[in-house]
Amino acid sequence: MTLTAGIDVGSTYTKALILNDDYQIISRALTNTGFKLAETSWRLYEQVLAQAGLQKDKIAYVVATGFGRHLVPFSNVAVTDLTASARGATFLFPNTRTILDVGGQTMKASRLDAHARVKSFRLNDKCAAGTGAFLEKTAHYMGFTTEEIGPLVATSKEPVPISGVCAVFAESEVINQLSLGSAPADIMHGAIVSLVDRSVQLMKRVQMEPEFTLIGGILRFETMIRVVRQHLKAEVNVPEGDLVQFTTALGAAILGHQRLRKLREQYQQR
Amino acid sequence: MAYAAGVDVGSTQTKAIIINEAERIIGRALIDTGANVVMAAERAFAEALKSASIQEPEVEYVIGTGYGRYRVSFGNAQVTEISCHGRGAVHIFPRTRTVLDMGGQDTKAIRVSPTGEILDFCMNDKCAAGTGRFLGAAAAALEIPLNELGSYALRAERPVRISTTCTVFAESEVLSWLGKGKKIEDILLGVHQSIAARSVGLLRRVGIEEEVTFTGGVARNIGMIEAINKALGLKVNVSEESHFMGALGAALFALDHIRASRAPAAVVEA
Repeated sequence: MTLTAGIDVGSTYTKALILNDDYQIISRALTNTGFKLAETSWRLYEQVLAQAGLQKDKIAYVVATGFGRHLVPFSNVAVTDLTASARGATFLFPNTRTILDVGGQTMKASRLDAHARVKSFRLNDKCAAGTGAFLEKTAHYMGFTTEEIGPLVATSKEPVPISGVCAVFAESEVINQLSLGSAPADIMHGAIVSLVDRSVQLMKRVQMEPEFTLIGGILRFETMIRVVRQHLKAEVNVPEGDLVQFTTALGAAILGHQRLRKLREQYQQR
Repeated sequence: MAYAAGVDVGSTQTKAIIINEAERIIGRALIDTGANVVMAAERAFAEALKSASIQEPEVEYVIGTGYGRYRVSFGNAQVTEISCHGRGAVHIFPRTRTVLDMGGQDTKAIRVSPTGEILDFCMNDKCAAGTGRFLGAAAAALEIPLNELGSYALRAERPVRISTTCTVFAESEVLSWLGKGKKIEDILLGVHQSIAARSVGLLRRVGIEEEVTFTGGVARNIGMIEAINKALGLKVNVSEESHFMGALGAALFALDHIRASRAPAAVVEA
């Protein structure tokens, strides 16, 4: 049994998992990334190993990805998150041609060819209005925590228009809407609609094609998925449960197995 | 003796100024705008009346300005804050040709004629980057009072280079520099420099003509004044009244109105 690990150091969360050669996840965990990326990734790696009852020497290959991939001290190789996401998304949904990844501080759209190679991508990591931070800020202005966003917005009947040009300016907009008597759930719903508008713009810029696969922490919110589906007027693939957050780490671990196979072939040829 | 008043309802703070017919400031007030804009305007005006030791009926004309100018329920007219900042700046520094107004949520570059008319202006209307909020985010992250930021920045030796554009992400960048062991002073100088660079970009779009007058709440920050002087390669005018420049301009426009309403009578008499 060969095991690999995928570590995805994202802007907000770091995700780690261990994958066997049947491509089954045998252990996974996530934690806040914080500011000490090397330490965080070490601690998380030890946690997934402990969960699986494994020693470090049982892991044949470690692939790091995400914005902090170069700071993972124990990785064998670092790959971009676009490559890892493409691998993870097409493993789960083989017909994926367009991926939308919405994380805490970034939003990415990428288009793939039939062999899961990235053909085109666009990303936003310069402006919080196009990332999960926008939803987080909107929730915080109304006194809700990030965890409460899902349950809150589930009670919304109709979205309130929120312009979504700037996460800072949203504060005045939110206060304004509250003083007009709008319900926090409807304001939150409006924020999601404006985030989806931005997502779809980004997807258009990569010349999106079906099938669409949505990944990233923000896709934990059911409403987000529903609004994307309405906006695209198409079905979308979404990895089940918390796998939506682990798709990129999964892709990294799969790349680890593929890399190992290649290395073995090269060795046998010699 | 007739009095004129200007009330400047800004995104963060509301300012009121009362002047006499000799264009001298006789009363002023500065309060946080908060959620109730109408009340903020009323409170600021009442406080300014008190500080001038006059009664409301003695004020012949009131002009509202700032983003909440239409919510000044007792105002006789409204004038944009751009006109008011231009007017106020030229009143205090008659050789002003360019005005940089930096407030809580917006930064404006204004080019004015020798008589204080607006020739051109440019502002950040879509994004809070490079505004006072950027300083606010840094202050919150470092837990330093807003009014002490400038003096910290002046003590810096090796400024860090702030790479984020977005105010929301600035907070995490500041913390990450702190995590890397950078000195607070050096981080803060970096923050000031990054805002100064954006302001200079805005000023270039209207054309920089000397003299340059720096107005708005952020002009009270000596670190910001230094950073802008350095980025521009000249010395900007800063008045004790920098914070009240918009309200002063509004009061001057109100006085114009009082004078104009009397002028026809004088003509008839002659």
